This record gives sequence, structure tokens and C-alpha cells, in this order.
Amino acid sequence: MLKLTCPYCGVTGEETEFHAGGEAHLKRFGPGSGDEDFTNYLFSRKNPRGVHFERWRHQYGCGKWFHAARDTGTLEVFGTYTAQTGEPPADIVAKIKAKRPEWEGFA
Amino acid sequence: MKRLPTGGRLIDRTTTFDMIFNSRRITAHPGDTVAAALMANGERMVGRSFKYHRPRGIVASGAEEPNALMNMGEGEWLEPNQRSTVTPVVKGQSFESQNHWPSLEFDVGVINAKLSRFFPAGFYYKTFMRPRWAWKHLFEPVIRQSAGLGKAPDQPDPDSYEQFYAYTDVLIVGGGIAGLHAALEAGRAGAKVLLLEQNPNLGGRALVDVVDIDGKPSPDWIAATIAALEDMPNVTIRTATMAAGVFDHGYVTAQEQVATYTQGSDAPRHRLWRIRATRIITATGAIERPLTFAGNDIPGVMLAAAVRDYAELYATAPGERTIIVTNNDDAYRTALTLHSAGIAVPVVLDARPEATGTLPEQARAAGIRIETNAAIAKVHGKRKVTSVDICDHTGAGDVRETIPCDSVAMSGGWSPVVHLWSHCGGKLNWDEANAMFAPDPKRPPTGDDGEGFVIPAGSATGDLHATQALANAAEAGRQAAIEAGFTPSVGAAPLATAPTEYPMLPVWMMPINAPYKLRSKAFLDFQNDVKASDVALAAREGFTSVEHTKRYTTLGMATDQGKLSNINGLAILAESLNTPIPQVGTTTFRPPYTPISLAAIAGDARGPLFKPTRKTAMDAWHDANGADWEPVADWRRPYTYVRDGETKRDAVHREILNTRNHVGMLDASTLGKILVKGPDAGKFLDLIYTNMMSSLAVGKCRYGLMCSENGFLFDDGVVARLSEDSFLCHTTSGGSDRVHAWMEEWLQTEWWDLQVYTANLTEQYAQIAVVGPDARNVLESMGGMNVSREALPFMTFAEGELAGIPARAYRISFSGELSYEIAVPASRGQEFWDAALAAGAAHSIMPYGTEALHVMRAEKGFIMIGDETDGTVTPLDLNLGWAVSKKKEDFIGKRALEREFFHRTDRKQLVGLMPENPDDVLPDGAHAVEPGTNIYGQKNMIGHVTSTYYSPTLKHGIAMALIKGGAQRLGETLSFPLEGGKVIKAKIVDPVFYDKEGARQNV
Repeated sequence: MLKLTCPYCGVTGEETEFHAGGEAHLKRFGPGSGDEDFTNYLFSRKNPRGVHFERWRHQYGCGKWFHAARDTGTLEVFGTYTAQTGEPPADIVAKIKAKRPEWEGFA
Repeated sequence: MKRLPTGGRLIDRTTTFDMIFNSRRITAHPGDTVAAALMANGERMVGRSFKYHRPRGIVASGAEEPNALMNMGEGEWLEPNQRSTVTPVVKGQSFESQNHWPSLEFDVGVINAKLSRFFPAGFYYKTFMRPRWAWKHLFEPVIRQSAGLGKAPDQPDPDSYEQFYAYTDVLIVGGGIAGLHAALEAGRAGAKVLLLEQNPNLGGRALVDVVDIDGKPSPDWIAATIAALEDMPNVTIRTATMAAGVFDHGYVTAQEQVATYTQGSDAPRHRLWRIRATRIITATGAIERPLTFAGNDIPGVMLAAAVRDYAELYATAPGERTIIVTNNDDAYRTALTLHSAGIAVPVVLDARPEATGTLPEQARAAGIRIETNAAIAKVHGKRKVTSVDICDHTGAGDVRETIPCDSVAMSGGWSPVVHLWSHCGGKLNWDEANAMFAPDPKRPPTGDDGEGFVIPAGSATGDLHATQALANAAEAGRQAAIEAGFTPSVGAAPLATAPTEYPMLPVWMMPINAPYKLRSKAFLDFQNDVKASDVALAAREGFTSVEHTKRYTTLGMATDQGKLSNINGLAILAESLNTPIPQVGTTTFRPPYTPISLAAIAGDARGPLFKPTRKTAMDAWHDANGADWEPVADWRRPYTYVRDGETKRDAVHREILNTRNHVGMLDASTLGKILVKGPDAGKFLDLIYTNMMSSLAVGKCRYGLMCSENGFLFDDGVVARLSEDSFLCHTTSGGSDRVHAWMEEWLQTEWWDLQVYTANLTEQYAQIAVVGPDARNVLESMGGMNVSREALPFMTFAEGELAGIPARAYRISFSGELSYEIAVPASRGQEFWDAALAAGAAHSIMPYGTEALHVMRAEKGFIMIGDETDGTVTPLDLNLGWAVSKKKEDFIGKRALEREFFHRTDRKQLVGLMPENPDDVLPDGAHAVEPGTNIYGQKNMIGHVTSTYYSPTLKHGIAMALIKGGAQRLGETLSFPLEGGKVIKAKIVDPVFYDKEGARQNV
């Protein structure tokens, strides 16, 4: 059971206090988009063993959605940050790079 | 065997009392375990084995015991599979052995043993394949009758169970000398320390295998260390508490046996600890391995260390002539202990070519006969050991000599307890010299900071010798304290002095070249009856992965999870495959370490607290007035209000007809009510709903649909525009939390630029529907706001007062009648309900329940989320295309609904159905079948019934269904074959069965 820290209210809680929301930073494809883009948006998800960006909601706390940068293999949490961004912030990326020099970067 | 004249460190020899075993009286001392008391009363056979029903005796002295499992207590207090080696005795408590019928001594299942040639590994898979019907009707019932361990209790558990959350800097698992000293180191550094020990007593092996620690015998050192720890306010010690599992980020569960016996006390039986620790020290010790030789399961054959545990701690022994068989020096301790207790040790059989270590020399000096390159070819005896055939270990079992004895103490070396280390990903190395898997300190499980969070200590590291074990425990305690942010004091670690031990010799089969005849009587897994020959057979049949072999043979799958058998089993698998042991690897270590009760996992969450029921403001009234309850999401709602002499069906029909002809009342409070407010509220709702909401005028209501991004309908309800910037969105009763979360998700993660606030107001209002031709008269007689047709037309709302209660009245209808839904503050819901009942008395008002609601909505062809939708249905499928905006640029689901297969005419579409016979009511979910078969050769199913009722209004069965191409099939007659051969024929009609023009609601 993971421990996560909500970046909004600052509370560190048990995984059961949060709700997992799958891969973060998906780009929405709406009306007018091509079939392939739309299919990938709806159904294709990354499932890496290693660095991963996820959406979480502080379900039984402040109710806010946030993002977590995590290693799915070692369970290391690099950091949590606002959900109101299209990509991970520079300080999180730098922290991951420092710990995982072989990481190919956010794509 | 009675008690030994000396010894018994854990028992009070001055007091005795009785307990009951298989209806016999057994004398015990306080401090005994059940197993110790049985042994001291000469009970050799304590159960029968799972598959062959062979007689079995006590093997071990701790949690690893495979055989001595008991049914404890009787009636509602019955609990099966209690490990008697760790269960303390209490006066008068009764125990029963397991796995036999009719009795332990005379068991019919023993026939299985005679047939053991015919019950090899994979027997079930090979034998019960044909004929197919026989599994269900013949094989399975017979197997179920004869299989299983203890009896399942047939009464509810009267005990209580609780959970406890703990947060600590350092958690130490194991209260032997390593755990105790690690606790001392971390505690002195100032860390908050929690130490858990599964046994009722602290001290571990050093209570029995006494070593010198800084000049003191280990039991004295243990007592002094416990006293020092008890003086430290930052250290907590819990005995009888078993750490069950290590999980992500330092989460640990442990089960505390608060009270073994709770009759007459209100103590909880078990307490589940839910612990977060910064660092975990696993000072879990090591478990001795059995040796694999023919007859190693006969009662009287025990682990060597367990034999001396019983002698030293409980002053008892399994017999009076004990042969020792070993591959290491440690077992000589048992020889010396027994010898000095006056028990004959006819011989020590040592598989090694020579035995010249300190302990063997001490045994020799004591006059004990030692045979090297020696092995047991076979143990003789049925219900107890009578003699042992001795052979060369390097041979094939040719008998050198037969020696009479009544017990055998065996030692195949030790395996560190690595379970907790491994649960969350700690890796193991194969230690060739000691033939064991030990933690690789370089590959620990990692926590949220990326650092290892489990530190092994003591013999659990693989350092079996007391000197190294205590030294590494000191190091582990300091390391844990530092990593948790504390500064340990500097100072020398205590020094343990113990005899040096010479290397052991790995022995997996005894003798090395034992033929099949011997291997097929040499047991690996005592609890699941897996023999050396079974593992070899599995390997021959191609089960080369250790995980497959485990499942095929059931090796290590019993309640002891292979604590004794796994290493021996995988070594024999490795031998059969001609592969090195580390390459075969271990099976996965999974929590819990020993079984924990489901009741402890449930804790308080049972009965009414399992899932608390949501109740409306008028719940008590409903309950007092005949409500027949129905669960609706987390709520309970009256299905109908049954009067004296009525069936439920009568009651429903009365409520419907009364509502259609006069006036009815419905508690609609469970409907979701979500306030959406802000400058961009309209724009936001245009994205959430399929239809346009921004164009809704203040004071008006509009029915709306919500789709998932995949285009499927998932909720619906009426939206009221309260003001320019605020909307109240009604959702389904089950959907309010989901819809609120859905709105928040989109607001926070996709359209965070919109200025919108949402609040779930569901429980703030009581909502009461007043429905029927007399509804207006009732409200007018309550006095207050103007509810006339002109002031409050259909699909509008107004705010005011009714009967002096602030109210918002919506002119909306889910029944097709003249209908008002009145929202009042929840605290005044009952007051309004009473006032409406009083005002309506003159109009014969009566409350109606959810079933009348459902029938009336079906009569009008209104869909119900969850009936007409199942997550694969679009608004277009339900003829709701009119509510899907073509003007809006975007809404959730718009792109998906553009996909061409959603516009195919052969999709399943909503239709109404009228059975040919007016009294027929189609069963829910019945399938419409056309002639012919589909591509799978099955009947040609073209759709199914989604809602079905008898309409008392129409005096006719009615149904709604999703039928392939239904929109084009109006007037066709479909066949619905039912169980038992009956076929109901029904005609496809417009799903609006009643008042198609909507004249009744628009008055």
C-alpha cells in the first residue's frame, strides 16, 4: 500500500485515502480528430516498468486531483505535483534524471 | 512419557489443571502449549494426514508445525486448524484432532494410503476427466467429503475483533537475542521502536541453546535486556503478535492474539495491527529443515531442535529412546540435552564422512555412539516409531543394522526465515556452504525514497552462529536508527560466545541413492502428503518450473505454506532436472506468514457497519408504515407500503391506480442534487451533457443525458437553472457521487480554465413528489406559494413556502401525471411529509414506493439508467437522439458518437413489447430468439428484455427491450422461449404505452 503526499493539502496519506486515475498527461482528442488519435486517446495506455506519471485524486481528503511521478518497479515516488499542467514540471524531471540517468525523458 | 525430572523454563510445575483432547482428560501446567501438554501425556498421534490419512505426530515446536492442527472449542466457539504448538493451554478447553472419520484411531480414509501408488502427483487432473458429468455428480461430492482439514464452524462467530494503527520509526520483528538487542540499539538512539514477537515469550532459541553473552548465560542476558527495554518509554513490545506481511512503503500488518479464549470476557480475540514503519528489522530467526528418508512422517519423528525445546521449555520428550539423525553439528545439542535429561540416545547418525567439531566431541565424551556416513534407510512403526534401519548415506539403503527406538530427532540444516524480507521484493542469494537462501543485503525492498527499508538481523541474515548473529543485530539496530534520523551511541556490541560448528553437508535424499521404494515413503510436505517421488514425477512429466511443480504436486500449498518442505522440495526438483538449486529458485513468498483470521481483517466492518445504509429524512416514517425495503445504491427505499391482508403485488397495484386516479406521494430524496455555479457554469454543462444547457432560461427545467467519452450513456436527470450562474443538476439515486466526481475530474484535469464550482447537495434536501390528478389541489390546500398552471407550468420551478416550510417546487414528471417535486430542507422533510399527508387525506393521498414508480415510468416509456443501459448503450439506441445536440462543437462523447458503427441500423434499439396474452409478464432479461442459429451454432438471439411489469393501468403485461434493428420492426411479433419449454410471444410496439400525447402531465 503506497504512501502519497497530496500537493494541495500537504497531507501524506495511505493509498486507500486516494483514488488512482491512470496515466497522466493524456491529450484529449475530441470532435474532428482522426480515428487513430481518438482510439489511442481512449484505449492506449503506457504500462512501463520504471518511471511513470500517474493521476491520483485525494478522494477521502481535499478531493483534489494531482499527479505523481513514480517508479513502478522500485515504488520510489519522485514527487507529486499539480494536475493543471500538460507535462511534468522541470524540477520533477530534473530529480528523475538525477536518479535515473538512463531514463529517456518525458514523451 | 511423563514430565522430565528437571527443566521446564516456561511452565509452572507447581500447578496442574485439565484440558480435553478427543474427549480424554489431559493434565497440563500453566505455560504449556497444547502440543507440549499432549506430549507430556504420552499422546503420540495427534492427527491424520490430508491425502493418505497416515497417522501423524508433532514435528515442530513453533509456527512451522505441519501436523498438530486442532479443532479448538465447540459450537459457536469452534475454531479449526489451530496450531497446537503455539496455542497456550487453558483449564477445561477442549481440542479435537482433524482429518479422520470415524475416529483418530480407526479411520476409513487410511485406504488411500494402501492405494498410494494410484494417487500420484496430479492424480486429480489425470483421473477425474471422463465422463464429464461425473465430476459434478460423483467425484467432487466424494472428494469434498473426504478432504479438508478442520471442521468449518456452523454458527456465527461470537467474538469481536479490532484493528489498530501504529506509526513507528523502527519496527523489529522477532524477539530473540538479535531482535532484543537491535531494539536496544535503536531505542537508545531515541527512535520510536515497536518490537513484535509471534510467541507468547521473548528470547527465541537462546532460551534453549544457551550461549554466553558478555559473561552471562543467555537467559539471564535476555531477562536483563527485556528489563532495560521496558524502562525505555520510546520502546513498545508486543508478544503473541505475528507480523504477517510487509507491503509497499513500509506498511506492515500483524495479528495480535489478544486472547486465545474469550468465553466470559469482552476482550477482542484478535487485533490486526496496521503499521507504518520507516525501517523494518527482520530478526525472524531460522527454521530447521527435516531430512527426507522413508518413514520420516511416522509419529515420533521430530525436528531435532524441537525435541530439545520440549525438554528445556516444557520438561517433556517424545520418547525414552531417541535416535538423532543429522547433517550438521547443531543436532548434537539435542543429543547432549536428552542425554543429560536421562533419555537414552542409542546413536547419532551423521551423514557427513566425519564428525569432529566441538559439539560432536562433547557427545563422544559423554559416551554417545556416533556413526558417520550414516543414514536412515527406513523408520519402522505405524502409529509410533519402533525401530530404525541404518545404512550408508552414500549408498542405496542396504541395511547395516536395525536399532530399536521410540523416537527420532532429525536435522537437515537451517533455513533463515526470509518471508518478510521477500514479501515486498527483497532478493535472495543461495548460500552454497549452508545450503540455504539468505537475504542479499544489496537488493532490499525499496520505499518511497528509493532506499531499502528492510534490514535483516540475527540468524535471519544467514549468519546462524550466535556470535555473528548478535554482532549483525547491533549493526542493524544502529543502521535503522540512523536511517530513521537518529544518532546511535557508540559503544561495543555485546559478545556472544558459542562453540564453533563445522560445515554441514547438504542432504536432500537420505540415502543419496535411495530407490523408488524408499523415495515413495519419504515425505517432503507432511501437511499435503507430498513425497520425494511426487516431485521427481512432476519433473519427469515436464513441470520444470518450481511454481508449476508446486501447483501440480501441492508441495507447500497447505496452511503451513511449506515452511518445512519448500527448500527440500526444490532441491529434489533441481536434482531431478539436473539444474543448480539457485537456477530453480524459490516460489513466491506471499503474506501472511502464518494464517490470520478473516475476522481480524474485517475488524469492525461487519453487520450494520459492513456498509452503512443511507437513510432519508422520512426513513423512520416509512419503516413504521409498512415499508418493504429495497436497497438502492447505498440507500434503502420503500419498494412498496404493504397494508394488512395485501401481497406486495396488491400493494404496488393499489399505489399505482391511486396515483393515476387520485394522488400519490413519493420520497424522492435519494435523487442526486449537484449545484454547479460560476461564470462558466453553462459552458461547462454544455460539455458534460449531450444536450444544450447554456440556453436554458432561469426558472426552467430540462432533461439531460451524460455520456462517457466512449459515447455510452451513463447518467440522466433534470437540470434546473437557479440563476444566471447556477444550475442544480439532478442525477440518478446511485449516480450522485459518481457524477459529482466526474464533474470534478473534468474541471480539475481538463478544463481547469473554467470558473466553475460544484457542490453535492444531495443530502441537504428532502425531496417529495406529489403526483396525480389531485396533486395541485393538495398543494393548494397546504397553503403558500402559487402552484397554478399559469404560475408554474410544466418543466419550470418556483421557490416559496408550502405549509410554512421553505420549498422549491419543480413541475417535472416521471409518471406522466400532473406532478410536483418539492425540495425542502432535509431537517424539515418529515414535517412537510406529514403536512402533505394531512392535506391530501381529503383526496385519498397515499405514499407509493419504488416499484410503483418503476411501473409508471415504464408505462410512459421512460428509460431507467441501469435497466435500459448497461454501459454499451448510446442515447441513439434508446431513441434519445433528440437530446443529443447537433449544434454544440463539443461535449463528452460527441467524438465517439460520430463513429459510424453507432449509426448502424442493426444495433440493438429500444422497443416496447406487448405479450399476446395480456396476463403474461416476460421475465427480466428474457432473450428474443429467431429461427436458425448464429455462427457459434447457438440459438439466434436478437435482443433481450430490459424492463418488464404488469401494468394495472392497462391491465396488460408490458416490457421494454433492446432488439436488433428494433426501430424498423414495429408491429412484428417476437418469440421469447423460457425455461421449461414455454414460449411467450410479444408484439413490438411504441415504448410509450400510456398517454402518448402527454396530456395528463401538462394540465
